[in-house]
Parts: sequence; C-alpha cells; structure tokens
Amino acid sequence: MSTLENGTRRSPAIHAPGEREITFGEAIREAIAEEMARDQRIFLIGEDVAAAGSVFKVLVGLLDEFGPERVIDSPISEAGIAGIGVGAAITGMRPIVDIMFGDFTTLVMDQLINQAAKTHYMSGGKLTVPMVLRTTLGASRRSAAQHSQSLHALFSHIPGLKVAMPATPYDAKGLMKSAIRDDNPVVIFEDKMLYQEKGPVPEEEYTLPLGQADVKRSGEDITIVATSSMVYVALEAAEKLDSIGISAELIDPRTTNPLDTGALIQSAQKTSRALVLDEGYSQYGVTGEIASVIADGAFYYLDAPVKRIGAMNVPVPFSPAMEDLTIPNADFVVETAKSLCG
Amino acid sequence: MSETNDTNPSITDLDAEHWLQAYEQMVMIRTFEETANDLYTSARMPGITHLYIGEEAIAVGICEALRQDDYITSTHRGHGHCLAKGAALDKMFAELLGKEAGYCRGKGGSMHIADQETGNLGANGIVGGSAGIATGAGMSIKLRGTDQVSVCFFGDGALGQGLLYESMNMAQLWKLPVIYVCENNQYGEYTHNSKAAAGSMVGRATGFGVHAQAIDGQDIRTVHATARLVIDRARKGGGPAFLVCNTYRFRGHHVGDIDRPYRTREEEAEWAKRDPLTLLEDWLLKSKQAEEHVLERIKQEVKTAVDDAVAFAEEASFPSESEVDQHVYA
Repeated sequence: MSTLENGTRRSPAIHAPGEREITFGEAIREAIAEEMARDQRIFLIGEDVAAAGSVFKVLVGLLDEFGPERVIDSPISEAGIAGIGVGAAITGMRPIVDIMFGDFTTLVMDQLINQAAKTHYMSGGKLTVPMVLRTTLGASRRSAAQHSQSLHALFSHIPGLKVAMPATPYDAKGLMKSAIRDDNPVVIFEDKMLYQEKGPVPEEEYTLPLGQADVKRSGEDITIVATSSMVYVALEAAEKLDSIGISAELIDPRTTNPLDTGALIQSAQKTSRALVLDEGYSQYGVTGEIASVIADGAFYYLDAPVKRIGAMNVPVPFSPAMEDLTIPNADFVVETAKSLCG
Repeated sequence: MSETNDTNPSITDLDAEHWLQAYEQMVMIRTFEETANDLYTSARMPGITHLYIGEEAIAVGICEALRQDDYITSTHRGHGHCLAKGAALDKMFAELLGKEAGYCRGKGGSMHIADQETGNLGANGIVGGSAGIATGAGMSIKLRGTDQVSVCFFGDGALGQGLLYESMNMAQLWKLPVIYVCENNQYGEYTHNSKAAAGSMVGRATGFGVHAQAIDGQDIRTVHATARLVIDRARKGGGPAFLVCNTYRFRGHHVGDIDRPYRTREEEAEWAKRDPLTLLEDWLLKSKQAEEHVLERIKQEVKTAVDDAVAFAEEASFPSESEVDQHVYA
C-alpha cells in the first residue's frame, strides 16, 4: 500500500482482487452523478462547473448527463451562490455549491456560518439546510498564499456545520454520497493534489457515515492521526518507522465534525503514544483539538505528551524552495515519532 | 437620498372588504409594535427589538399581493413582514419573550422568526443577509417549475452589502421570480443614507437590467398596485424586480434608541404627517368605503387580540434546559 508504482501512489484502502481502481476525482464525479440520477432535487452550482467541468476537470460530463438546468455555471460570486444554496435548500432542493479554491471560502463566511449553520437551530428545528459545499485544500502546487490554504479548521469550529475531508477515492465517494444525503450543511474539502490518486472503489452502491474514523494501518507503538493528503505522508512515515522497529497505527478521522473521538482515544490507549498530523495551521487548529481529545481520553495510558504537526504558521510562499518547508513531511513525522518512542 | 416617486398607478382593484382587511393588518402591526415597546420599557421582554412603526404600508401592501405558498425573507426589523404574511400574534409574542410556544421555541427571538407554513423563510440578523436566501428560493421555484414568487425585504442599509448585487445579477441572468423590496426608511442604524449610499438607488438594479421603481412607501394603494404588477410579472416568468419604497422609521433604530441625536424632531414631525395608517384611514373615509365606527371597531378588536396574545405569551413556559443542545443538527 502507498508504494510508488511508476510514479503513481496507491491509495491505502484495502485492495480486494478484481476490484476496479479509479482516481479520487473520478470517485467524486461518480458520487455526484449517481446521487443526481437518484434524486431530482440535487443541482450543482459554481464557477466553471458546467462547460469546463471545473478547473480541476473533476466534473467533466455532468453537464451532458444532467443538462444546464441542474449543472449551472455561475458568475464569480461565491457569497451569492452560497446564499442561493441556502435558500434553495430551505425550500426543498438539495444543492451542491462548488467553491473552486478553499481560500475563496472566506467569501462565503456569512452565508455558511451565520445562515446555513444556524437556520435549523434558530428556527427551533423547523427549517433544514440540506446543502453540500465542496471545496479544496492543500499546498504544494506552487500557487502561493491565496490558492493553497487548508481552512477546514475554521468550519470545524462551527456548531451546525459538518466537515468531511476524504483521503482516498473510496472515502471520497462514500463521504460525498453521505454528505449529499445529509439534512445538514456539509463542507467537503478535497485536496487538489489527490485528484489523480488511484485507488479501489467498488462498482456497487455504498456510503460511509459522517463521523466514523478509519484505521488505515494497524500498529502497536504509536498512533498517528492524519487527515486528507497527510494520510499519505503518515503512511510513508509509518513504513520508515517500521524499518527501525517502531510499529505505527494510522487513523484517519475522515470527518472533523462530527469527530469520532472514541476511535482516536481507543487507539491512543492501545499504543500509549500519539501524534496528530494535519495540513491546516498548527496554531488553534484541528491538530490542537484532536490532541486535546486524546490527552483527555487517554491520559492515564500515555507514555509521552501528544504531539501536533501542522502547516508552518506562515502564509504559503510561492517559491518551491520555501513552500516545501511549510508543509509537514514524512521525515519530520518520523523524527517526531522517534522522539516520542525513545 | 430619496428618489422621486413614480406616479401612483391607477390599479387598486381591491374591494372595500379587502381594503379593510389590509387596514386591520396595518393596525395589527402598529399595535403589536407599540405593545412590544411597552414590554421592553416595563422590563417584561428580554433583549431589545426593532420596531416597524411607520413602515406598515409596505409589508401589508406587498404581502396582500402574495399567496400563502409564496416566500418572503425578512430583516431584523421583521415583525411587520411576519404578521403581514400570516403569522399568529400569540406565537409571535411568545417568541419575543423566549417561550417554548414561540415560532422558534424561543431559540430565535425577535430577529429570527421563521414560519414555513406561511412561506416566511426567516427574519435575519445580518443586514442584507437574506438576499442570497430569497434568490435561492427563486432558484428553487424555477427548478421545481412552480409559479411561486419570492420576496426579499431589506432596508436601505443593505444597499451597502455586496451580496445584494451578486444576488440581483444572478436573478436577472436566470430570470428568477424574486422581488427585491428596499424599505428606504432613510437611516441605516444611526446614519442617514445620504452618508451611506452614493448615486441612484434604483440605478443599482437597472444596471443589471432588473425592472426597478421608486414608490411612495407610505401609501398602501401605491405599494399594493405596484406589487401586483411586478409579482404577476415574476409569476409569469418575467424575472425579478426591485422596488425602492420610500418610507420613514418613526421610532429609533431599536427600542432603546430614544433620544435619536442623529436626526431632528422637525424632520420626524414632517414624516409623521404622512403616517401610512392615517393616509389609509383618510382615503377609506373620504371614498366612503368605511365609516369611522368601523375603523374604531377594528382597532378595538385588534387591541383585544394583542392583549390576549401577550397574556398567552407571558403565561407560556420557557423551554426546558434539555432543549439547549437540540436542533443543532437535523
């Protein structure tokens, strides 16, 4: 698993013989297409989602299959299309709002945080907002500070929102389908660098519950919690640790809200050490929340402090010489894990 | 900024009975708001609230042209819209008092009353925050293929919000059945719109190709006639419209804003001469569609209904503590 084969990384999901493999991007498209075919209330709206099939080409073919009424190219108006999503969701539709870069979610903050997240509560449970907002995260595309951020912690902070961040094609399809069927606003973050990642995805229908972590690799000596593309960094680190006699267990929460606290605590109780890896900023971030959950829940089992590894607390720089310094890498994870197990 | 009002359209095809209904609605809103103010000043209501007094002709004139299954979105100054769209007095007061029997089980309060039974998608505490929601309801109507209409109420303060322009642009691009109703009550909180809104209000919409008019928001006959035209047009696929209803906020920004140093008493006195309730009363009497005693009886009946609703709300229970973390997720 996760070995480099002709330059293509293999997804870490269990690979059953004979099962087909598709890319992360294809898994997303397949999930949306299947759900749109199943439920006429679903429509997709965003910048360049229709004729262009999105800038990452993930949505190619949906316009032909479902027509311009349901696959809608919008103006460059992030707040506006998010608002349209909220209004359409309240009145019986199930919109998927596409925000091209996660950095642009800053433009939809009012519509997501003050409107979508609060409508059900403020109305005493009468109104619901069954809306998906899909967007991206992740650096390393040499795209500089406004096209590289991982802002999922901002949304994970807000009661009323759910936040999913799949790492594998299998998870991407299963979580996307569940997000679309959920009666709450769900923000799904896709790492731009994962779209070409291949992995096993069964032909048959399946969904994955929001709020269920997945053990991507079993181990005994240390728990590494990793999200989104950091799962691959963690896998690489786990293999290196294996070669020096440290057995790492890798857990992917898959959703940060709801968070499967039980699975994280249980793993840390088993291994007695934990390290949390996420591409968001390390300050006030997802790593801090998860580390706190583990420290609380596994305190009497721990042999070392819980460590956090996140993105360097700087705007993402353009130059490759600097950008790569800001993102967690396997060697740093290995060194940190060794220090905990020493 | 107060743009010249368009000529009063001649269509006022409501009969006397319907005009009396509209009158009753306006009296109900006025009495509701005066009572809410009393509840505040006598410390019987938690928090503050924003009164709609002086602007009643707009909510009633527009909503009288809507069907129950049409949608509205409202504002922080929203009681008038909710009542005009059909909200019940008792559940309204119960919500203002934070009671379980309120429209939102006490979780929303004055600024967040929503009632899907009457098509009210919710009042909104964010100025301009519902422009997207109303437009999304318009998108939903188009996709579902019904002939409903969505009305977005907002004040002139919302003209400073970019979301409104993003929304109107898309509504016109896609010919969505959305009516944007700008209640130009002259002040955004404590600042006169001459200091907040450059250029033409109507021009903001005509720039997008949206049908736009400025009208006298104190005269319900004008409001209603105009509303019928633009609503029927939207219902038939003619696309969105933008109405600037020139009006005046007779009271302060909220119930606690009592000295109003940002405007003169003379200005207030001038506008008081054009009280929307008095204008309608005068017309009903002059055109012999109602006699004084009929109007007086309506006022008395409304007063009784409001008193009963307040009594209901005051006697109602607060929500149980166990409800605090319910309804976060559906």
